[in-house]
Amino acid sequence: MGNKQTIFTHEQLEAYQDNPFRQRIAQVFSQAGDGHMTLDDFLDMFSVMSEMAPRDLKAYYAFKIYDFNDDDYICAGDLEQTVTKLTRGELSAEEVSLVCEKVLDEADGDHDGRLSLEDFQNMILRAPDFLSTFHIRI
Amino acid sequence: MSHQLKGLEGEVCRGVRRQARSGSPRAGDTSGRRSARKPTPKAEGPPGRRGAQPSQKEPPRGEPRPGSPRRKPTERTGRRGELRGQERSAAERTSEGRRKGDGRASFKEQRAPPKKEKEALRKEETWKRPRKPRSSSLASGNSGGESLSEEELARILEQVEEKKKLIATMRNKPWPMAKKLTELREAQAFVEKYEGALGKGKGQRLYAYRMLMAKKWIKFKRDFVNFKTQCIPWEMKIKDIESHFGSSVASYFIFLRWMYGVNLVLFGLIFGLVIIPEVLMGMPYGSIPRKTVPRAEEEKAMDFSVLWDFEGYIKYSALFYGYYNNQRTIGWLRYRLPMAYFMVGVSVFGYSLMIVIRSMASNTQGSTSEGENDNFTFSFKMFTSWDYLIGNSETADNKYASITTSFKESIVDEQESNKEENIHLTRFLRVLANFLIICCLCGSGYLIYFVVKRSQEFSKMQNVSWYERNEVEIVMSLLGMFCPPLFETIAALENYHPRIGLKWQLGRIFALFLGNLYTFLLALMDDVHLKLSNEETVKNITHWTLFNYYNSSGWNDSVPRPPLHPADVPRGSCWETAVGIEFMRLTVSDMLVTYITILLGDFLRACFVRFMNYCWCWDLEAGFPSYAEFDISGNVLGLIFNQGMIWMGSFYAPGLVGINVLRLLTSMYFQCWAVMSSNVPHERVFKASRSNNFYMGLLLLVLFLSLLPVAYTIMSLPPSFDCGPFSGKNRMYDVLQETIENDFPTFLGKIFAFLANPGLIIPAILLMFLAIYYLNSVSKSLSRANAQLRKKIQALREVEKSHKSVKGKATARDSEDAPKSNSKNATQLQLTKEETTPHSASQSQTLDKKAQGPVTSSSSSSTLLPAPRHLPGSRSPGSRPDSGQPQSQTHPWRSASGKSAQRPSH
Repeated sequence: MGNKQTIFTHEQLEAYQDNPFRQRIAQVFSQAGDGHMTLDDFLDMFSVMSEMAPRDLKAYYAFKIYDFNDDDYICAGDLEQTVTKLTRGELSAEEVSLVCEKVLDEADGDHDGRLSLEDFQNMILRAPDFLSTFHIRI
Repeated sequence: MSHQLKGLEGEVCRGVRRQARSGSPRAGDTSGRRSARKPTPKAEGPPGRRGAQPSQKEPPRGEPRPGSPRRKPTERTGRRGELRGQERSAAERTSEGRRKGDGRASFKEQRAPPKKEKEALRKEETWKRPRKPRSSSLASGNSGGESLSEEELARILEQVEEKKKLIATMRNKPWPMAKKLTELREAQAFVEKYEGALGKGKGQRLYAYRMLMAKKWIKFKRDFVNFKTQCIPWEMKIKDIESHFGSSVASYFIFLRWMYGVNLVLFGLIFGLVIIPEVLMGMPYGSIPRKTVPRAEEEKAMDFSVLWDFEGYIKYSALFYGYYNNQRTIGWLRYRLPMAYFMVGVSVFGYSLMIVIRSMASNTQGSTSEGENDNFTFSFKMFTSWDYLIGNSETADNKYASITTSFKESIVDEQESNKEENIHLTRFLRVLANFLIICCLCGSGYLIYFVVKRSQEFSKMQNVSWYERNEVEIVMSLLGMFCPPLFETIAALENYHPRIGLKWQLGRIFALFLGNLYTFLLALMDDVHLKLSNEETVKNITHWTLFNYYNSSGWNDSVPRPPLHPADVPRGSCWETAVGIEFMRLTVSDMLVTYITILLGDFLRACFVRFMNYCWCWDLEAGFPSYAEFDISGNVLGLIFNQGMIWMGSFYAPGLVGINVLRLLTSMYFQCWAVMSSNVPHERVFKASRSNNFYMGLLLLVLFLSLLPVAYTIMSLPPSFDCGPFSGKNRMYDVLQETIENDFPTFLGKIFAFLANPGLIIPAILLMFLAIYYLNSVSKSLSRANAQLRKKIQALREVEKSHKSVKGKATARDSEDAPKSNSKNATQLQLTKEETTPHSASQSQTLDKKAQGPVTSSSSSSTLLPAPRHLPGSRSPGSRPDSGQPQSQTHPWRSASGKSAQRPSH
């Protein structure tokens, strides 16, 4: 990427890839939080999404990406949004709620009905293919 | 050169800093830079979400500056003495980087102030000049003996190490890039400066080189993995199918691919060791009777209808057993063909047995090691199933489909597992269903038996009609066509999970097909016995013909009579070739039936439903005919039984494996196409069991069952007298004895004879049984231990969970007490705190840190290491420099997730 363009909009990212979380990624990595990225933000994104980035760092940013409402917890609403995005809304409402319930049931360590960063890391660090899927190549 | 330049710049910026400090508090350079670069109002930084973090860890670079000098002395009193200067310079480099960015940005804009600043700089520079030599001499002052004691040297060394560590772990830190850059530059500069002084001149370059190599290595590994995946045939096709139809349908195709691989090996074995040597070195076609089409068949031998039945020229080719000669060695290689033929026949079974059992074993291993992940099925699906590498919209579509499918699979599993049901009713229904199915099986068994009996009567009669001749085949295909759907209907009563239901269905159809297979075999055996009983008369006829031919009168005795043309020699029926032809025909007709069924039953039906739906009185797609589902059980069993045919037939028709390889190849493409074009996913998409050991088990059973008749014919039937590699011998395995006697030294022959002694074989078998028993008991006890360990882990997790919930509440209370500067910050801090170890001491430390937040960390950023632990302050910045020891860089998350979390809190 050259030095000329220092702001990446999420439209540009959209053209680049088909990720259901592209807007979230752009938001999480833009310092302003509006999905516009400076060069530094862009570099940030690629350093986190690079193959060499450590697991913990990736987990931290993955948490941020899945935390749709930015309240530092992944709550049921966030989960629902995630499922809907992942399946393009092909699951019925009951199925979605069942899935969310199961996820909370599995990963919620302190039973407060939402996933804290700690819960999330605890879960994601055991995932077999998190590292292999959570990265981007240029 | 660049270092020098940087150094210069460092001087420059140091100057700037001094000026700024002495003057008014610097306007926060984040915002300044930001506004310089991107003049949007949002870019003010800190208020933003992410801005909150820097402000926490690397506190307001603007306002607290004035406070820092005041605080510093109290914090690090004389201990640091000399070092402070260096630290300061290092810290100033921090700002240097920052400043540099500023400078660049502002120069671009050609503003006035920088110039002024620069002028001021010069002044400062001169003011500072004298310091530099001093500090450098300080660094190398060891020799000069000026003022650097051992202790200080050690401390510098320590710091260098720390900086190095920082450089190494830089990428682990969730800082924004700008911060990373400044930190990195600072650390690098520090290391460069002092490492030289301490006599270790390697540094950046080596590091860069190592990084480069690491990158290259990773890229190479990635390419290699890609390459390996690309080498797996049909991987993309199968993935495609899996994403739309679920893993159960894909498991069939994976099985098909595996089967193709096995057959390819068998094909290589047979072609390389039997057919090609025979073609290259054996006697050519037409040289001896067994290699020649008989005179009576000659004119029709090339007709398509004859060839289609594998008669004519094909029958007298290397594809079949009868073509091979019983010469002990052929060609200039003195290749022992009969021996090779026998050994290949045995090793086909040996290899198949080995590969099936091996893959079963590896499947079980895989399934036990994956058992641990059951805890997080849904979470993993949700958070790790999307592959962020996908950059192609088509792949993305597939991925969406596959994620949806896998969610549905898991949902089905989940619903099944906690379905409340009436146990008594279910049991009754299951018993009833099994009873019905056993009735069906018995009925069909009797029907087959009856039909076979009748056909034996028919075979004795003359002029029977077409139906009567083919009655057995017709009845069997009718049974094969109607029984599976019937079973499926009955199985609906049982209300099993679809995966278990599939297994039952497979088992039942398997039983049905077995009857099919064995009646076929029995009929074949009858035929063989009939031919064998005729053999003696044929032998006599041949003998007499030849005898009469050579001894007939009316020929000039002086000229030796030319040998009788091979086509005219009367010959036996060669039952081996007949059996081979039978299997060949069966395979081909099976293949054709499969293809035609797919074409008619799936493709035409799909076309009809699709296009007639526009002009039909009811909804065809949702209503009656609908689209076909992929019939997993039928296809798997078809494949398995077909393989059984191949195993049975390959001894008598070496070409059969070649045909089967072609068949599997075409059916791979054809069925992939048919599935994608004209089938719909199952109503309840279910996940295939992790190991397809059930398929393998069936395959093993079929392998065993097909081994039996072949072994029987080899061991107890005499080979034909005038065809095949074993002709003239009493039994086929005599070829072994012959080879041992003629080609091995005599003592080996004795050893073999000794080994074949029953007195030795029976103890050996007993020993094997004992070994099996022992291994079995060992594996049982191991698996029990395994289960116990798993239970223990589970229990530990539960404890951990409850523990955490208690702790979480406590921290929540704490954080409410803590002073909040702004709400964002507070939540961030709380988060931080939760990461720390549960020790109350460390908690209080973090609390402490939080309380002094702005002040402490501002001082630390202005002094040496800005200790901004963004997330989890595992050590508080205040205490760190004092202790002066390299503290273990425990990674906070590790500590949170690792053992320390389980430690009881004091």
